[in-house]
Amino acid sequence: MVDQAKVEELKKIAHQVRCDVIWALAHAQSGHPGGSLSATDFGVALYFYALRHNPKDCGWPDRDRVVFSKGHISPLIFSLLAESGYIEREELRTFRKFGSRLQGHPNVECPGIEVGTGSLGQGLSVAVGMALGLRMGGKKNRVYCIMGDGENQEGSTWEAIMSAGHYKLDNLCVVLDNNGLQIDGWVEDVMGLQPLAEKWCAFRWHVIEIDGHDMVQCMQAFDAAKAVKGQPTVIIAKTVKGKGVSFMENRAEWHGKAPKPDEARKALQELACPAEYFDF
Amino acid sequence: MSEMKTKATRDGYGDALVEMGAQDERIVVLGADLTDSTRAIWFAQKYPDRFFDFGIAEQNMLNAAAGLSLVGKIPWVSTYGVFVAGRAWDQIRTTTCYSNLNVKIGGAHGGISVGPDGATHQALEDVAAMRILPNMTVIVPADYYETRKAVIWACKHVGPVYVRFGREPVPIVTKPEDPFIMGKANLINDGSDVTIINNGPVLWEAMKAVQVLREKGISARLLNIHTVKPIDREAIAKAARETGAIVTVEEHQVMGGFGSAVAEAVVQTHPVLMRFIGIQDRFGESGTPEELFEEFGLTARHIVAAVEDVLKAKKALENS
Repeated sequence: MVDQAKVEELKKIAHQVRCDVIWALAHAQSGHPGGSLSATDFGVALYFYALRHNPKDCGWPDRDRVVFSKGHISPLIFSLLAESGYIEREELRTFRKFGSRLQGHPNVECPGIEVGTGSLGQGLSVAVGMALGLRMGGKKNRVYCIMGDGENQEGSTWEAIMSAGHYKLDNLCVVLDNNGLQIDGWVEDVMGLQPLAEKWCAFRWHVIEIDGHDMVQCMQAFDAAKAVKGQPTVIIAKTVKGKGVSFMENRAEWHGKAPKPDEARKALQELACPAEYFDF
Repeated sequence: MSEMKTKATRDGYGDALVEMGAQDERIVVLGADLTDSTRAIWFAQKYPDRFFDFGIAEQNMLNAAAGLSLVGKIPWVSTYGVFVAGRAWDQIRTTTCYSNLNVKIGGAHGGISVGPDGATHQALEDVAAMRILPNMTVIVPADYYETRKAVIWACKHVGPVYVRFGREPVPIVTKPEDPFIMGKANLINDGSDVTIINNGPVLWEAMKAVQVLREKGISARLLNIHTVKPIDREAIAKAARETGAIVTVEEHQVMGGFGSAVAEAVVQTHPVLMRFIGIQDRFGESGTPEELFEEFGLTARHIVAAVEDVLKAKKALENS
């Protein structure tokens, strides 16, 4: 049974996070909107529904771990951390600026970041090591890894997938942001990955396919993953790159380009963000 | 001296892991299908629950080690130097070093003395590739005991460490009771005309060279430096000041490796003429270690020739 009130709460937070993402990018005038917006809904479901964490105590030993293998979605990552209370929302103004804890790609200077990421194809291996280590101690913590679909082109990703299946890491859950686009164009045109679900399955993973913008499906997928025993789970979330901003949706050029001030205002208007977001 | 006992530095690695494994339950060891030849197998047999084979997939192994360190383990990654410092370099750089994680790397089969396996398996660039990384400590021990002590030190140090060791038995030139101080040079022989600064198991050749030079009336100081980074600038500057000429010795490319690290210290403290014994911008090849040391210019004879050459140049400079 899905708690309808919770669903509505998460949708509200997701809306707020999308506003934060555009706002941070507008101030930075550089960064990655496309993948940030495609990963927003399941990102919110993770941080505000599935995850065991304490934003006031980043070192809490019983916390679940999150590794953002797609480190370039830092606008989303820092917005999630801000809405969760790891950092103040005001700090998003400093994103990508000199001296900021909010670097272009996240690092351990920012509270809530477990490990610096940005070089694709590396995060899942870190998550594998965490899951292995936590299981050794009989700990109940879960490990989540957020990946892009494009980074399935990295050979090291498949090394990691193979090892998680081999070691039966049922405390590990990947969310794969399957927006289908990468910088050079459609993933299937650049270097085709389909059938993706069958590939992960063949490497001994439990595969759950969802609409990554359907909050109920996101919540149910995280619940289902927790119940899987003897193998890791990948949630393949079908998403739309740039989701929520009409002129960014499904367009590869919005992978790593920040909206100019007038474009950002248009995006915030479309999203119906509060007046205080228009301060640039 | 020719009667000296020999033992491979990789054995020092394997023994130290077993010893430390008993003392600290956080220590885990990772292998990539080279568990026997890296001597990680000794740990694996004793503590099977704390050993993980990652198969022939080094990039994943390195970052899995990073993940293990993030949940409180002290992971030792064990494979050949070429496959770790080369193949997994980006993982070491961007994950372990950037986040300053407590990952320990055992780089086996360092140097040309790997022998018959040839160029693909002889790590000749690993020291350079590791020492340019921020937060990384790089240690190349000279013999069995020094390797053992370096590994024990690294287990207690918090932060990334690369320890490089070799395949072949080499003379044991240090004593179990000799202190191991990270970052500090050891004076093996005092001298006043020139300083030979050695790094790694080739130390034995440098010791023989000192004897030959003594017979020729040349007083050579011999320093052994196991820690390539951070380097002992003080000892190097003192040697430059007091002896006025330096020859470095390493089983590695002379470009970017230990000799370069010494040169960086020399030119910033007390510039003197130098010569570099090591691999001169070539790939290795198959052969016995003895044949290869001869071919690649790493024997005592080559060190003596380099010393004579630098002293000649120094004299010419003084007279010019």
